[in-house]
Formats: sequence, C-alpha cells, structure tokens
Amino acid sequence: MMTGVLTLHRTSVGKKVIMALTGCILVGFVVFHMYGNTKMFMGPDEFNKYAEGLRYLGSPVFGYEHLLWVARLVLIAAVVLHVWSASALVTQSRKATGGMKRYSEHKRHTSYAAYTMRYGGILIFLFIIFHVLHLTFGVVGYAAGQFNHPGGGNYDIYNNVIYGFQNVPISLFYIVTMVFLGFHLFHGVWSMFQTLGLNSATYNTLLRGLAVVVCAVVVVGNISFPVAVLTGVIQPV
Amino acid sequence: MKLTLKVWRQKNGSTPGELKTYPADHVSPDMSFLEMLDEVNQALIMQGEDPIAFDHDCREGICGMCSLMINGVAHGPKEAITTCQLHMRSFKDGETITIEPWRAKPFPIIKDLVVDRESFDRIIQAGGFISASTGSAPDGNAIPVAKPDADKSMDAAACIGCGACAAACPNGSAMLFTAAKVAHLGHLPQGQAERHQRVVNMVATQDAEGFGNCTNIGECAAVCPKEISLDTIAMLNRDLVIAALKGIEPVVK
Ligand code: HEM
Ligand code: SF4
Ligand code: FES
Repeated sequence: MMTGVLTLHRTSVGKKVIMALTGCILVGFVVFHMYGNTKMFMGPDEFNKYAEGLRYLGSPVFGYEHLLWVARLVLIAAVVLHVWSASALVTQSRKATGGMKRYSEHKRHTSYAAYTMRYGGILIFLFIIFHVLHLTFGVVGYAAGQFNHPGGGNYDIYNNVIYGFQNVPISLFYIVTMVFLGFHLFHGVWSMFQTLGLNSATYNTLLRGLAVVVCAVVVVGNISFPVAVLTGVIQPV
Repeated sequence: MKLTLKVWRQKNGSTPGELKTYPADHVSPDMSFLEMLDEVNQALIMQGEDPIAFDHDCREGICGMCSLMINGVAHGPKEAITTCQLHMRSFKDGETITIEPWRAKPFPIIKDLVVDRESFDRIIQAGGFISASTGSAPDGNAIPVAKPDADKSMDAAACIGCGACAAACPNGSAMLFTAAKVAHLGHLPQGQAERHQRVVNMVATQDAEGFGNCTNIGECAAVCPKEISLDTIAMLNRDLVIAALKGIEPVVK
C-alpha cells in the first residue's frame, strides 16, 4: 500500500500533494522556531540554554547533536522536495498558458497571496541560505571575532542575535522577508488542506481562519525580534 | 446604445491573430451578447467582409458552446451565467468591449473566437463514465441514493464543459472541469466501482493534454457559469491520494 506513495510525483496533483506534505513539515518548523526564539525575551541565560538544549535533544539516549541533525536532514529533504515540485508544476503551467498572451485579463477572485506564492517562495529560499550563513555560521554580517560559534559548552546565541540585528539593512531584509512569508503561509496553510482533500464547505471558513492565525503568529513573532533589537528593548550582555 | 468592439481576429491556427476594432452602433440593451455579435456580423457581411467566427448552439446556457473572454473575464461581467445569457444592459453606452477567445495551450484556436475543446472530450473519455450492463432500463428506485449525495452529485453534474475555468485560470489548469466530473460520479453509488481508477486516468489525461497545475487560486470557480465549487477539487485530490495509496496506475489509451 505504501509503495503507492512513491508514485505520487508522476501526476500534477500528486506533486501538489508532495508540496502539501513537505509544506506541513516546514510550517511546523517555522512555528516551533518562532516559539523557541521568543525565549530571547526571557534573558540571555534562558535563550542560550535553549540553544544548548537543541544540541542535547534526546540526551542521554541520543548523542550530542544527533537528533538535531535528524531534524536538519528532514528539513533539507522537505525544502528540496517542496522546491522541486513547485518548479516542475510552474513549468507545466507556463507551458499551458505559454505563448498565449491574454490581452485584457481581469482577475475576479482577488487573492494577492495566491498569486505571489512562487515569488515569495524564491525569496524565502534565498532568505534561508542567507539566514543560515548569518545566525548559524556567522560568516556574514559580523565583524571579525564578534560571532560566538555555539559549541564546546559555550552557547551565546543571545549576543549573536543582537549584534546580528543591530545591522539595519539585515534587520530590514528579515522584516521584509517575514511579510512575504506571511503571504506564503496565508495561502499555503489553507491550500495544504485543500490539496490533501481535507477541505470542504463545512471546514472552509475554519481552515481559512487557521491559516490567518498561523500566519499572524509567525509574522508578528518573527518581526518582533529585529524590532526589539533595533529599538533597544533587548541589549547585548 | 453605441459600443466599440475590439475583437480577436485570426484566420486559422497557424496564422497570428490581432485585435481589430469594430463599431456596434445599433445595440439594444435587450439584446443578448451573441445577438449583438450577430448584428455586427450582418453589417460585416453587407460590407463584403468576413464575419466574426464564434461558437454557440443552445443560446440558453445549457450546451457549453459559447466561449468568450469579455473584457478579460470568461463569460463576461455577470456571475453564474454563460455568454449567451448575458444581456447588453450589463454594459454602458459608449463602452469599449474587448472580446477574446479562451486562451490555453490545450484549446488551440480554430478561427477568430472559436477554439478546439476536444482535449476536454479526451479527459471525459479517460474516466467520465460508469460501466454498466446494457439491457432494459433499471427500476429508478432500485439503488437508493441519499438526498445530500444526490444534491452534491447534481451540483457537480451541472458542469457544461464550457472551458471557462481553464481559460480563466492563471495556470491554464482544467481542474474544476475534471473535478466536477469526478465529483458528479463519485457521489453516486453507481460511480464507486471505478472511483479511484477514474481519478487517476482523468488526471493523467489532463496532464498529457498539456493543462497546467492547480494552485488553489479560485479564479475558475469565480467565473464558472454553473457555480461548480472548489469542494469538487478537494474531492478529486482526496480520491487521488487514496488511489495513490492503493497503488493504482493510470490506464489510458
Ligand atoms: C526574525 C526571525 C528569526 C530569528 C530571530 C531567527 C533566529 C535563528 C537563530 C538564532 C538560529 C541559530 C540557532 C542555533 O544555532 O541554535 C537560527 C537557525 C535557523 N533558522 Fe532562523 N530565525 C528567524 C526566522 C527564520 C525563518 C522564517 C526560517 C525559515 C523559513 C528560519 C530558518 C532557520 C534555519 C533552517 C536554521 C538552521 C537550523 C540549524 O541548522 O541548526 N529562521 N535562526
Ligand atoms: S467547471 Fe464550470 S467553467 Fe469549468 S467547464 Fe464546467 S461549467 Fe465550464
Ligand atoms: S450557447 Fe449554449 S451555453 Fe451558451
């Protein structure tokens, strides 16, 4: 029975199902990640302990960073499949409408979010690369020696985040991307249920509402971090 | 009413087309959109010009032949009606109206505003049927159908295969049409035997015909003259997921 899942990639609808399933993993991550980051408001000790805890996840049964790496691999696989399906489907749709200029096309059902999924997706993808180079590896956005590489009993991501966001252009880039992430989630979270066939007239309003809540929580939460640093609400220690 | 029409003129599928401007000076607000085009064509014929080719048949919203993109909206500005049910009172005196054919790769232009929608026929042939033994007509009440199921099936069966959904879709996707067929049969007991094979076959054919992929935008349902809802698409998706779990492969000639 489960081998049937491996045939999903063959049809357009199947590719969308892959996007929905991997999107579900990514939404789970973004919500959890936002939640984890709110610990920076509880002070450096609490926040840095969180960074340490991520690496000791499952200890003593699991070794140092083992579960973290499992999570990283699952996320990388999810991103790869999500982006691969999206580009295959966009190519298919381009062909279906390609070479056919629609002169006076007029949208009746206005959903800015639904129309910008592919562009927002590209921006978020580029953001993830930048973000990992920034706050995980510390190779961009820091003066020499300013970034504290987590490990070896030393987890100072608190100062990393603050020095990182004191750079105004970088903070603005984070904020702008979060707005697009919001559009992506606004359509994506609802669309996920529609694609998996879990939507119907009975649940539609509820699922639209759920998408708004997830979108608002993630966007407001994430934007609050650079804003808190730029306004001096949280200070380096 | 006096109107200006900008109409897509194209000799055949292999020559490029263009928008041409025509005056429509004697338009009554009580005319249907197609009657208005008839008048314009009459004038063109009198002048010895080639009349504008457009599809139509029943002119009462049931056959699905009429297919015009009016000011960029499939079937024009009024919701839940076909082009033939649209009246000129929906427009303002002096207005310029742009009229184009359905535009999607799997709907090649035959002439002017007439497109070839046989790709839809092939999607139907791939699964839009039930297999039943022929013979004398079965007793109407032999197979009970619950009222809510009958209603949902009827709502989906209202699809007239006009193609507005695919023409309006920014992805050129035929999902609303295909989903209407899947939901029409899937809500009935008679449709159960082939339910999952049907969805796999129809989706594979839809892909092979060159239609795009649905991104749940909803432009289709907004222009559908028969108000087919996005629920049908969720049902198609659900059936496809179950079919995939069952490992059903497409069987398409
Ligand atoms: C303003 C909002 C954000 C802040 C303050 C933030 C902060 C951080 C920090 C401090 C780390 C390093 C954690 C550690 O080393 O323990 C991190 C890692 C990461 N973040 Fe974010 N993040 C934000 C938004 C996002 C978003 C929207 C995404 C995805 C769409 C994302 C994806 C990631 C990924 C993939 C990692 C690497 C995880 C790893 O490999 O350990 N972040 N983030
Ligand atoms: S679903 Fe609606 S718009 Fe699409 S073919 Fe059927 S009747 Fe026309
Ligand atoms: S001509 Fe038959 S539906 Fe319009």
